[in-house]
Amino acid sequence: MTEVGDVLPELRIEATPTFVVSTALATRDFQDVHHDRDLAIAKGSKDIFVNILTDTGLVQRFVSDWAGPDALVKSISIRLGVPCYAYDTLVFSGSVLSVEGDDVTVSVIARGQLGDHVIGTVVISGVTA
Amino acid sequence: MTMPAEFFETVEKIKAMGESGPRAARDPVNLPMINNWTEAIGDANPRYTGPDAEAPPAMIQVWTMNGLHGSRSADDPLGLMMAELDARGFESVVATNCDQVYHRRLRLGERLTVTTKLETVIGPKTTGLGEGWFVTTRNIWYSGEEPVAEMVFRVLKFKPAPKAPPVEPVRVTRPMISLDTRFFWDGTQAGELRIQRCPACGTLRHPPGPMCPSCGHESPEYVVASGRGEIFSYVVHHHPAVPGKKLPIVIALVELEEGVRMLGELLDCDPAEVSIGSPVTLALTRIDDDLTLPFWRLASPNDQRRLP
Repeated sequence: MTEVGDVLPELRIEATPTFVVSTALATRDFQDVHHDRDLAIAKGSKDIFVNILTDTGLVQRFVSDWAGPDALVKSISIRLGVPCYAYDTLVFSGSVLSVEGDDVTVSVIARGQLGDHVIGTVVISGVTA
Repeated sequence: MTMPAEFFETVEKIKAMGESGPRAARDPVNLPMINNWTEAIGDANPRYTGPDAEAPPAMIQVWTMNGLHGSRSADDPLGLMMAELDARGFESVVATNCDQVYHRRLRLGERLTVTTKLETVIGPKTTGLGEGWFVTTRNIWYSGEEPVAEMVFRVLKFKPAPKAPPVEPVRVTRPMISLDTRFFWDGTQAGELRIQRCPACGTLRHPPGPMCPSCGHESPEYVVASGRGEIFSYVVHHHPAVPGKKLPIVIALVELEEGVRMLGELLDCDPAEVSIGSPVTLALTRIDDDLTLPFWRLASPNDQRRLP
């Protein structure tokens, strides 16, 4: 039975250059800052960095890995913090904020070397965790 | 910065346009693109595989991305609003929020379209990045006529704040000079390295203090040191930064010929060549009219001269 305060298993993502590029392309995001280091640096970034569509995907994976395959993700809200540059490691942590009927709201934080990369909430139903 | 009335008129005009015309996804919801996505994201959820696969909800925006050679349509409210703010000097952009709601599961073969409308433009706001405007849009994805997902997306359009001028490096950290230590700093000014001495019992002491630790006498005098000694101990300082210093530096505890020990920086040395017992000589360095600091150097073998 899911209860407020339940803690999700941690998820670590090594944001290698291959990860940054392959997720950017798999999300059909061809902005150069996600795959071309020279241009990313020329535009003032430290390196290529993870795109937003990937953040949303990772948050979903983190929560649905815990919730089980029968769960239905109803919404994902994320606030974007510091960038996640190539060679960073993202650590996802989360806990159950509220349970209303079948709907479970989970708070999620993904932290990298520079600080909080993503802070968000996910509403999911059919949780079997 | 206050915006002219025309800016707000433009905002209202773009808002009044409502939803842009629907833009069609390049491909129907399909398994190969889902496979590419789950492979890259690392998501092993079995619902996203096989002939009855459903699309990962978080993939919603992927279906309608503009693609490698795409561009925004002319009536795209976000594009229009970005252009308006660009023209007024708010040329930088950073996304701040992305809130997606999924109304139902999506199946293979569904053909999606997306619309965009401008929700709010709020500013000017002073942020850590600079002054800017928060622009919020709403995308709605449709399968046929049925809305299947929505996204509220917020960006900050800003003028980068001018960089703070670099902090002027100071050459030295100035000593706190007290009644007890005044004679020492007067000494360095005069070209002497002075050591406190108790007139009652003759004990030398450093650092200076008001009272002799051996006999308790309270009126110290001083002697002038030779300026020669050897390294009793030392550290190589790599971190943290020290104002006006190029690191690493060597800080030595020098045992003077006279017997007391004194801390000081060892100038112009290769840390690898420093060792305990190395002979050193005083290097008084004039900083300005009010301050001369004692530093040390490794002594050359024939360095026998006395100071000053």
